[in-house]
Amino acid sequence: MSLIGNSVPRLEDEPLLRGKARFIDDLHMPGLLEAAFVRSPHAHALVRGIGKDAALALKGVHAVLVREDLMPHLRNEFMVVGLPSRDYKQDLNRPALAGDEAVYVGQPVAMVIADNRYIAEDAAALVEVDWEPLPAAADCKAALAAGAPTAHRRSPHNLLAEFPMGYGDVEAAFKSAAHSFKETFWQHRGGSHSIECRGTIAARDPHDERLTVWTSTQMPHAALRVLCDMLGRDEDSIRVVTPDVGGGFGPKLVFYPEDICVALAAIILERPVKWIEDRLEHFVATTQERDQYWDVEVAVNGEGRLLAIRGTLIHDHGAYTARGVNLPYNSAEQIAIGYELPAYRMNVQVALTNKVPVTPVRGAGHPQGVFVMERLLDRVARELRLDRAEVRRRNLVPASKMPYQTGVKNRGGMPVVLDTGDYLHCQEDALQRAGWSGFAQRQEAARKEGRYIGIGVANFVKGTGRGPFETVTVRIGPSGRIMVYTGAAAMGQSTKTMLAQIVADQLGGDMANVTVVAGDTGTVPTGMGGSNSRQAVLAGTSAHSAAVKVRAKLIRVASHLLEAGEGDLEIEGRSVHVKGVREMAVDLGKVASAVAGTAGYSLPGGVSPGLEAMESVVIDPMTYANGTAVAEVEVDIDTGGVRILKMVFVHDCGRILHPMVVDGQLIGGVAHGIGNALYEWMRYDEHGQPLVGTLGDYLLVTATEMPPVELAHHQSPTPLNPLGIKGVGECGVIPIAPAVLSAVEDALTPFNARITRTPMMPADIVGLVRKSA
Amino acid sequence: MEESRRISVEVNGVAHQRDVSVRTTLVDFLRHELMLTGTHVGCEHGVCGACTVLVDGRSARSCLMLAVQADGASVTTIEGIAPSPSELHPLQQALREHHGLQCGFCTPGMVTTLVEFLRDCPNPTEHDVRVAISGNLCRCTGYQGIVDAVLKVAGNPAK
Repeated sequence: MSLIGNSVPRLEDEPLLRGKARFIDDLHMPGLLEAAFVRSPHAHALVRGIGKDAALALKGVHAVLVREDLMPHLRNEFMVVGLPSRDYKQDLNRPALAGDEAVYVGQPVAMVIADNRYIAEDAAALVEVDWEPLPAAADCKAALAAGAPTAHRRSPHNLLAEFPMGYGDVEAAFKSAAHSFKETFWQHRGGSHSIECRGTIAARDPHDERLTVWTSTQMPHAALRVLCDMLGRDEDSIRVVTPDVGGGFGPKLVFYPEDICVALAAIILERPVKWIEDRLEHFVATTQERDQYWDVEVAVNGEGRLLAIRGTLIHDHGAYTARGVNLPYNSAEQIAIGYELPAYRMNVQVALTNKVPVTPVRGAGHPQGVFVMERLLDRVARELRLDRAEVRRRNLVPASKMPYQTGVKNRGGMPVVLDTGDYLHCQEDALQRAGWSGFAQRQEAARKEGRYIGIGVANFVKGTGRGPFETVTVRIGPSGRIMVYTGAAAMGQSTKTMLAQIVADQLGGDMANVTVVAGDTGTVPTGMGGSNSRQAVLAGTSAHSAAVKVRAKLIRVASHLLEAGEGDLEIEGRSVHVKGVREMAVDLGKVASAVAGTAGYSLPGGVSPGLEAMESVVIDPMTYANGTAVAEVEVDIDTGGVRILKMVFVHDCGRILHPMVVDGQLIGGVAHGIGNALYEWMRYDEHGQPLVGTLGDYLLVTATEMPPVELAHHQSPTPLNPLGIKGVGECGVIPIAPAVLSAVEDALTPFNARITRTPMMPADIVGLVRKSA
Repeated sequence: MEESRRISVEVNGVAHQRDVSVRTTLVDFLRHELMLTGTHVGCEHGVCGACTVLVDGRSARSCLMLAVQADGASVTTIEGIAPSPSELHPLQQALREHHGLQCGFCTPGMVTTLVEFLRDCPNPTEHDVRVAISGNLCRCTGYQGIVDAVLKVAGNPAK
């Protein structure tokens, strides 16, 4: 029986359940010092001086480091952005520590290293910074207006980048259209809020100066590159190790000022140094997603078929370029995939603000694009008096046209080609499961009881498995244990299980005999890490390919050792045996020993040494997953409370590797999407001061808000990888806000409510009800 | 000079006598003094529930409690839940079977919260379970697998 497609027990679970896992803050070592950061309390301010004396006088304080202390040890003061963009009009990489200007609340300006965190925080409070507050660019739309304060004193304006996206003759389409409708949207997405915050430990080996950096990251090899670049070191002199990671959801793919500062402190003080982010720091210093303003117009013919969409998008990028323009790019690109859209033009403006930099959170800009598209389709349905599902039916890319070349290109310049999927079938299945056709009667009956219920539908198509590759090594040593090493990063999405499953499937089927080491740059020379729903697709494919190679060699050498034909052998458990004759067997370890080399003797069968293969299979085109969400809600018109009565989610991620894990990823994503629809708002005031800083005022979805989720899976394998798999990590989140808020709008039909923003908090909903009264 | 006190505390059945700084939180004492790192810190303001331990059998946020307040108490952490190195507690086993954990960072607090809950409420409804864990945040699972696991252990599997 193949392991693939089965919900095998996860390798990760046992230590996690026993409290024996090793997260970053669980690592202890002799002589360890702890760090705390002094951060800007202002959104924008000059630093006129920093007084260290009082802090240094405190017992147990080892150092207070400011920019000048770090500079002698840095070849490059700035963290060069992971995804550089040609569209950037300004060069605004983040410095290790702020120099004479701080540009967001939470930006580190000094670092205190002490015997423990308690003392470090005491001392941080004693560091005297002479601030001169400056006007701040708080809102991204206002930031682009003439005369707005600039986010950086030396910048000429706040326009970081501007680019058009689109194709076709948009003007002609609008001229000939039977109808066109305008909408304005404001969308907010919040932070990742993994339950484990960030953290980094660095230790310098006094013998050879090598630096080991343990960090709670999604991208260990990228971290290694930045460390080498900033410190002017070669790749062999630094090792980045990823311990267990307590959730990532995007922001942990970024390399941060604290990471380089911890490394520098370990070098300067010649002691291991640890910094663990607390939740308040996570609110102000970890990257987040934030605001987008959309002004859009849709043109349709008399039947509600799309002719064109045009508009503008203003995206809040924060104070620095911590990553490229991928977020607004994804948002704008998303409009043009999934539905047949003959002409499209979106002008994207990326604005600098005095807020913590913006980088991807689970979904990475796609949920916003889907929200805009789905809201536009709801508008078309309302104006043309069509069923909302029918408008979608008329416009979804049909299965008969697969593969379907859309009009847009991805950010690497490659055309976006939808590979497989039956979007219409997914929608029909979801509608049927949700009881869409009978809903009007249920709604009518509920209204007679004074209850306001509504239903909403949203589709999405999501590019997954962004290439070009992930590296995986599969090795069997003389112990007989199967080792898997990868540049992929495990942050909770069952990556180790997934790789062990794929490898064991080729090598005897015993997952208990597989060890997976993920995210240690000392084990594989290259790697990309975790982002963009990519690891099953890329790392999974490389693992499969490497395991197939090791299998071939294993069989070949075993054939020599057993004096049997290769075709007569099979691998079962931890040995290779002649089919039907279990006594004629050789252990995996024996086979590995046979090719480990014995001085003076040739290798059996003339094979190359070792029983291992390293693969970095290149897959440039992305594979597109899709799905449909249908939400049914009840709205309390007095309190504005929304209860989600039912959520149906029909999904297609190609061939399913592990049904239980896929379900878990989707339901977790749904929870995140519900948060984005109704609860999560990283609120700032007009001066750029955060107005939330605890999980008591920034609301994550808890168990009581989660509705029952009915999941169904369709499987349209992709031809783009040998296993036929598509990514799933971000899919759950993407269509939830538009489905839920369409349902809320539907429930509030008697009040003529129009929803054009996320999140919709209770006060917003009460506002809609009162507006009509 | 930081003030410290000597405390006697039993953790997972083992008696400890330690001098602790009066401001050391219970979670830091467990994690950094006793090296029981299974109890996790998620928010340090009592909302996320990751640091939940049992103090004299009652669930407590070890980030909001000082170590000195545990003087004379018996504390159970996640390391003390499984009956043996070869066996899991039925709740732990059920969480595993129902995919009630992904990154696993919130899991120790979930388990300690639920051990207390199932002792007090052995036959819960689904709603009871959801309310019981509504003070424990999980960003990975959407809670469904956790709820399913608890109902299974309680002998009331959903549907």
